[in-house]
Amino acid sequence: MHLMICGGTGCRASESNIIEEKLNKELEEKDLQNDVQVVMTGCFGFCEKGPIVKVLPDNTFYTQVTPNDAKEIIEEHCIKGRKVQRLLYQDPEKKEHVADSKNMGFYKKQMRIALRNCGVINPENIEEYIARDGYSALGKCLTELTPQQVINLVKDSGLRGRGGGGFPTGLKWEFAAKNDADQKYVICNADEGDPGAFMDRSILEGDPHSVLEAMAICGYTMKATKGLIYIRAEYPLAIERLKTAIRQAREFGLLGTDILGTGFEFDVELRYGAGAFVCGEETALIHSMEGERGEPTFKPPFPAVEGYNKKPSNVNNVETFANIPAIILKGSEWFSAIGTEKSKGTKVFALAGKINNVGLIEVPMGITLREVIYEIGGGIKDGKKFKAIQTGGPSGGCLTEKHLDIPIDYDNLLASGSMMGSGGMIVMDEDDCMVSVAQFYLEFTVEESCGKCAPCRVGNKRLHEELDKICKGNATKEDLDALRNLANVIKDTSLCGLGQTSPNPILSTLDNFYDEYLSHVVDKKCPAGVCKDLMQYVIDPEPCVGCTACARVCPVGAIAGERKEAHVIDTEICIKCGACIDKCKFNAISIQ
Amino acid sequence: MAKIKSLADLQKMKADVQNKVDLREKGDAVDKLVQVKVSMATCGIASGAKQIMEFFMDELDKRNIGAVVTQTGCMGYCYAEPTIEVTLPGQEPVVYGYVDQSKADDIIEKYIKNGELVDGIIPQNYETIDDKK
Ligand SMILES: Cc1cc2nc3c(=O)[nH]c(=O)nc-3n(C[C@H](O)[C@H](O)[C@H](O)COP(=O)(O)O)c2cc1C
Ligand code: SF4
Ligand code: SF4
Repeated sequence: MHLMICGGTGCRASESNIIEEKLNKELEEKDLQNDVQVVMTGCFGFCEKGPIVKVLPDNTFYTQVTPNDAKEIIEEHCIKGRKVQRLLYQDPEKKEHVADSKNMGFYKKQMRIALRNCGVINPENIEEYIARDGYSALGKCLTELTPQQVINLVKDSGLRGRGGGGFPTGLKWEFAAKNDADQKYVICNADEGDPGAFMDRSILEGDPHSVLEAMAICGYTMKATKGLIYIRAEYPLAIERLKTAIRQAREFGLLGTDILGTGFEFDVELRYGAGAFVCGEETALIHSMEGERGEPTFKPPFPAVEGYNKKPSNVNNVETFANIPAIILKGSEWFSAIGTEKSKGTKVFALAGKINNVGLIEVPMGITLREVIYEIGGGIKDGKKFKAIQTGGPSGGCLTEKHLDIPIDYDNLLASGSMMGSGGMIVMDEDDCMVSVAQFYLEFTVEESCGKCAPCRVGNKRLHEELDKICKGNATKEDLDALRNLANVIKDTSLCGLGQTSPNPILSTLDNFYDEYLSHVVDKKCPAGVCKDLMQYVIDPEPCVGCTACARVCPVGAIAGERKEAHVIDTEICIKCGACIDKCKFNAISIQ
Repeated sequence: MAKIKSLADLQKMKADVQNKVDLREKGDAVDKLVQVKVSMATCGIASGAKQIMEFFMDELDKRNIGAVVTQTGCMGYCYAEPTIEVTLPGQEPVVYGYVDQSKADDIIEKYIKNGELVDGIIPQNYETIDDKK
């Protein structure tokens, strides 16, 4: 028998290590240490109900265990084989005690469709992919379904593009199929430019064949024989794995001519991008592949009409493709049963920031941010307070406490002032300054703007300067209105999606954190203590005993005072390095 | 490798490889071998997964343990890289996080040899489409 104790930060903070000690002590007293073993594990991702103790092999899940419960667990569960009812997890909806953790809702929170093979198969071995139904979907399409039937299946599934826009995939395929030409192209967008996003990279690294197979299926529906994957050169491992996968698929006859003896021909090549964010936009991507400047052009014409080499092309995101084989094999009804009314299936998110379980998650659409943050993500780091979550990368916005319970899908996120984007999620706590966060994203867009149109090229730079002014304490309330106006003008007049969405981080923080902006411009204070120019280090004369520790550590000699007398910081000289605060043993120094 | 020329070929091949995936060179005794999967995506490799994989290969060999060490993609537990999944014959897979050399040594000596769980297990928190049939 094993007793597993959560050793994550959250549970440790609530004494899980003392529980471990107590359990071990009890076991020794009862001479059971050879029969029952106590093991510290990683975070169960359920910090809200921590500390957690799980008993194996029967999967009993005890929540909110205290050191005093150790004795009862050993005596009742380990010796008498009776579950300690009062510690069992209580299903909040059914108000019942759930004994077996396999039946607990939160373990089912994640569902892997696009990531079904990641972490399961060896991505460099095509046989492992085949063993898990690989290329069976392509086989099914080629032998049992007409191109239109495949398109209908994808349409019925309700799958929408995972690259950000959320356009219905089946519809897009239908457009591309309708336009006749001597050559057509299937293009996979693996540019993944959002800072902090790594969903697509993980799929290509963990399951490259699923993308190849889906591209071939798409080729079948639109009568294209060529597939191109546009991938940034900064993804060397993904590129290697893709090359290996393409080589193996060709060797096995799953790419090339006369695939599976059906006469269908399809092959895939790689095209490398230099890692410009704007090249993820589909028209810019196509120009970049043609050897032109990576600049967006006006749509229409859409790529389905005039794409790569002026031929009809279909551009889809990596994750969109990765869903396709599963949909073909399991059916559109299976897929459309998952998710919300208008957003079907699952979405992969890269969870990052001030959260315990940083990582890659795949969840059904319609899950709430609260579930993602507190149950899957294991809560906020170091027991701090949640402040905001940024979704949609530089095109998205910051959502707050009041958005935690809305079901996540394309439309709800948009209505809340953010967007799905490609799936980055960055969690912020009380120590993050929202003005600085907005500035961080703007810095990114200013860097990445291609410069083709003025609102984006010039406007974003102005927005950035304006934010800089706010952070430095030089702005007024009128500047906030000007900021909002300019942001709206840029949104309305930019040529491509980059400029049309770049003001979103500002607008959403203005909406949700207006008070914080006001503190910056009116009180000239940064409540989170991030904007250096608005901070002042001061010594409180009460607790200060005059130990001189701070004066000795200050690199610029800003602290004066006699030994055994209260010290003072000269704010003119202080460079706000923070060294004195760490040094003071009497908590006399604070930031104001 | 002979080409797969038809759907029937593909299905036959699938049946063949299903049970002994990647273990062909080790014969048919797959069920009796210990399997170690190392998560080798960018996140894992950056935190030393490659060295850990080599360590397992060398050490399991040296210590005469019949085992198969393979690589796989990102399991999603990026905060705890390097992560590995160990499957003892006939048992549920167990995922360990933050695996450095001394942890790896512990895992071999305690878990793989004696079946004793070691600290640092990561509870699996998702289901794949196969679990839902
Ligand atoms: C500035 C900008 C950057 C984009 N970056 C990406 C990207 O990195 N990856 C991606 O798949 N789509 C990106 N897109 C969306 C693509 O233009 C396109 O809509 C998408 O690849 C279509 O695939 P989907 O329908 O499967 O989502 C970006 C769009 C814009 C405006
Ligand atoms: S909006 Fe920005 S990125 Fe898009 S075309 Fe205009 S300048 Fe280039
Ligand atoms: S913050 Fe740095 S510079 Fe300012 S008083 Fe303290 S030690 Fe000196």
